[in-house]
Amino acid sequence: MNARLGPTAAAALTVLLAWLVLYPILIVVADAAAGGGDAVTRFVTRPGEWGALWASLWISLASVALAAAIGVPLAFLFEWLEFPGRKTLGSLIALPAVLPPFVGVIAFLFLYGESGFVARAVQAVLGLTRPPWRLQGAGAILLVHAYSMYVYFYLLARAGLAKLDASLIEAAQALGAGRWDTLSRVTLPLLRPALGGAGLLVFMAALGSFSAPYVFGGGFRVMTTQIVATKLNGELPLAMVETAALALVAVVGFAVLRRTEGNDPLIALGKGTAPRRRPIRRPGVRGFATAAGWLFAVLLLLPHLTLALVSLVPYGSWTTETLPPVLSLGNYQRLFGEPERLRPLVNSLWMATVSTFAALVLALAAGALIGRRRPREAAGRFRGAIETLVALPWALPGTVFAIALAATFSVSSPITLRWVLVGTVVLLPLAYLVRNLPVTGRAVLAGYRQLDPALEEAAASLGAGWWGVFRRVTLPLLRPALAAGASLAFVAALGDFVTSIVLYTYDNRPISIEIMSSLRVSELGVAAAFGVILMVVSGLVLGVGARR
Amino acid sequence: MTGFVTLDGIRKRWSPTVTVGPASLEIARGEIVALLGPSGSGKTTVLRLLAGFELADGGRIAIEGEDVTALPPARRRCGMVFQHYALFPHLDVGENVGFGLDRLERHDRDRKVAASLELVDLAGFERRKPHELSGGQQQRVALARALAPEPRVLLLDEPLSNLDPALRERTRRELRALIKRVGITTVFVTHEQEEAFDLGDRVAVLDRGRLEQVGAPEDLYERPASLFVATFVGRANVVRGATARALGGRDGEVTVVRPEQLRFADAGLPGVVRERRYTGAAAFYQVETEPGDRLEVLAGPAAARVGDRVYVEATRVLTFAAGRE
Repeated sequence: MNARLGPTAAAALTVLLAWLVLYPILIVVADAAAGGGDAVTRFVTRPGEWGALWASLWISLASVALAAAIGVPLAFLFEWLEFPGRKTLGSLIALPAVLPPFVGVIAFLFLYGESGFVARAVQAVLGLTRPPWRLQGAGAILLVHAYSMYVYFYLLARAGLAKLDASLIEAAQALGAGRWDTLSRVTLPLLRPALGGAGLLVFMAALGSFSAPYVFGGGFRVMTTQIVATKLNGELPLAMVETAALALVAVVGFAVLRRTEGNDPLIALGKGTAPRRRPIRRPGVRGFATAAGWLFAVLLLLPHLTLALVSLVPYGSWTTETLPPVLSLGNYQRLFGEPERLRPLVNSLWMATVSTFAALVLALAAGALIGRRRPREAAGRFRGAIETLVALPWALPGTVFAIALAATFSVSSPITLRWVLVGTVVLLPLAYLVRNLPVTGRAVLAGYRQLDPALEEAAASLGAGWWGVFRRVTLPLLRPALAAGASLAFVAALGDFVTSIVLYTYDNRPISIEIMSSLRVSELGVAAAFGVILMVVSGLVLGVGARR
Repeated sequence: MTGFVTLDGIRKRWSPTVTVGPASLEIARGEIVALLGPSGSGKTTVLRLLAGFELADGGRIAIEGEDVTALPPARRRCGMVFQHYALFPHLDVGENVGFGLDRLERHDRDRKVAASLELVDLAGFERRKPHELSGGQQQRVALARALAPEPRVLLLDEPLSNLDPALRERTRRELRALIKRVGITTVFVTHEQEEAFDLGDRVAVLDRGRLEQVGAPEDLYERPASLFVATFVGRANVVRGATARALGGRDGEVTVVRPEQLRFADAGLPGVVRERRYTGAAAFYQVETEPGDRLEVLAGPAAARVGDRVYVEATRVLTFAAGRE
């Protein structure tokens, strides 16, 4: 790239990102402050507000603990031991991570909810007249979180274990450390960055979690649901204060957890080979491990299987029976037969496509300008700013961004770069774009960092101009990173609920909103059919994205 | 002499304390020049300035009389072989070699690729992927790729450092023969003296960003221009004071004596043999002199034993002004 053009382009990109990412947050803070002491006073004095804030915090911390308690032992089991079915099960149990959280939530509802299969079965067995439980409140939320978020611990701990140098463990043993000593003094400390990273991911996901509290919370409010409720009540200044408060908690939590993550000592030490997996020799133990593994996998897949089953239940045909009496493809036929019903799917697809593409373009621009290991000196000055701006949406809950974008683009003031976009179909894809910046940015920047600068130099010295270098060398080499980032972003946008519920209009209502309104009118089959479509499309996209 | 490649006061400032150059160098058509120096000496910077990957802060670079100082790499027509070869992993060998030939018709390009691969003894390797090749083969593909567009200058960055030692010497000879056959003007970077001497017609020694001396291998070894060149090129004993005087050096100067320019004699500087390192045809002896200096002497394998009291004399010494080192 032209040496003089670089800094200018980098500055322009910084400004654009700041406008997309930082500016709306500043507007929220300004609005919260401008609301005067009134809104702040209400926020401080109403016990419900403090309750919601406290609930958000402890739910998030408890989610981290639960997810770690499930995910870390699983990681050791699958990384260190060898037993039949290890490979298949190992990837099966990573499944909850790849599906949109909203799908998991409604699947849970159909399985464990008060009229779900399990409740009906218990009711039938015990001859109860009423459902044995209501899946509601903090416990229900934690259950869903633990179920969907342990994957972060599982995957990151496994990755950490996989790159652990076996000689480190052998060294500890040669120095006389027993098995527990080695674990506590060598293995776990070396895993700290991986575990810290997973903790951070779970904390942020739980703090921003909206679907589970919205569906299962009942009277129990966390900050995200509280904000949306306040906004629906029309108390905008209070909503701004709440949003600012949640953003503050998120940023503080992010900073604190980031610090505990620390630097990765394994990177500094260079690579070794991971310990060999130990086969379980005793047949009894092996059988037990295998059975437990499969049982666990079934337990994890059960909600999604439930979703598929419910999607085959015609409207009004299933009342008090334990299992649905009639199964048909009627819901799918209606869905694809009636254009008005298909609209949400089309909406979600185009918005996910457009927002993913835009996020990729921005990420590529960032990568090209500052992603290389040796960035051009002048453009390199913007490196920190661009990296921070790209990562920022990740540190803030989706609700915060939804409210912030709604506040920013409800005013017509071109001179301050604000236009009225509320009520148009543009705002929601814009929100998807902002929310997807971290995942595409992270993938593309990592791709650029792994790029050997000599390859681009080789192309240049063979006569290729900057466009030729980009098209013939950089882009093909970045393809895996682009595919990974794009597929994750696309799936997130496709299944998004948290920003959609704040920003959708009738004309661009996405799948998740349609599922909620189907549930509201008790069209469980249609809701489930949409869920299944979401699941299948997500699975396919991620499968394509992960292929090398 | 106006060279085929001219570096005229070329300069690159990395930071207030780290500057490469100003360096001036004339390279004749068809000549092979080695840039030799320790790591951080600026030799790679000079190569990258020539290739156009770095832009100079001052000075001028000309190739074939054309000022290329501000020209981007794509328009310099310099072929470069990278230290780790930088073969495009997503392309096969044929596409790699043909990368710089995209302006040619397909038929001509294929012919040119085949000819280039044959030049490096890899005929028929077009459809292999780079990762299927051995290190030596990768190096030759990189060479074929650099040569295919018929560049004016060939640049090699540590061309042999990635090969195992057994292969290195043979590859060195083959590389030199190939370059001479093609007749291309070549500049290469190395930190190994032996490689520079073996492969280069002339050697340019760099230290801390400065071009210390340029000359034929014999010149550098026999008539080093500075203490750095004397010690970096070949083995050298550096002595001062009484020991220097005893060997024929002068006061206030630093004296350098090569091991083969010292010998055991009946009279001269007395000392005790502390170590003997046997190399087959000869042996290196560590002699501790009375003032406490250690001298390395090259002599016949049976010239002395550890613990012997000996006298050492110099057949020739080099002296340098003290102060700068």
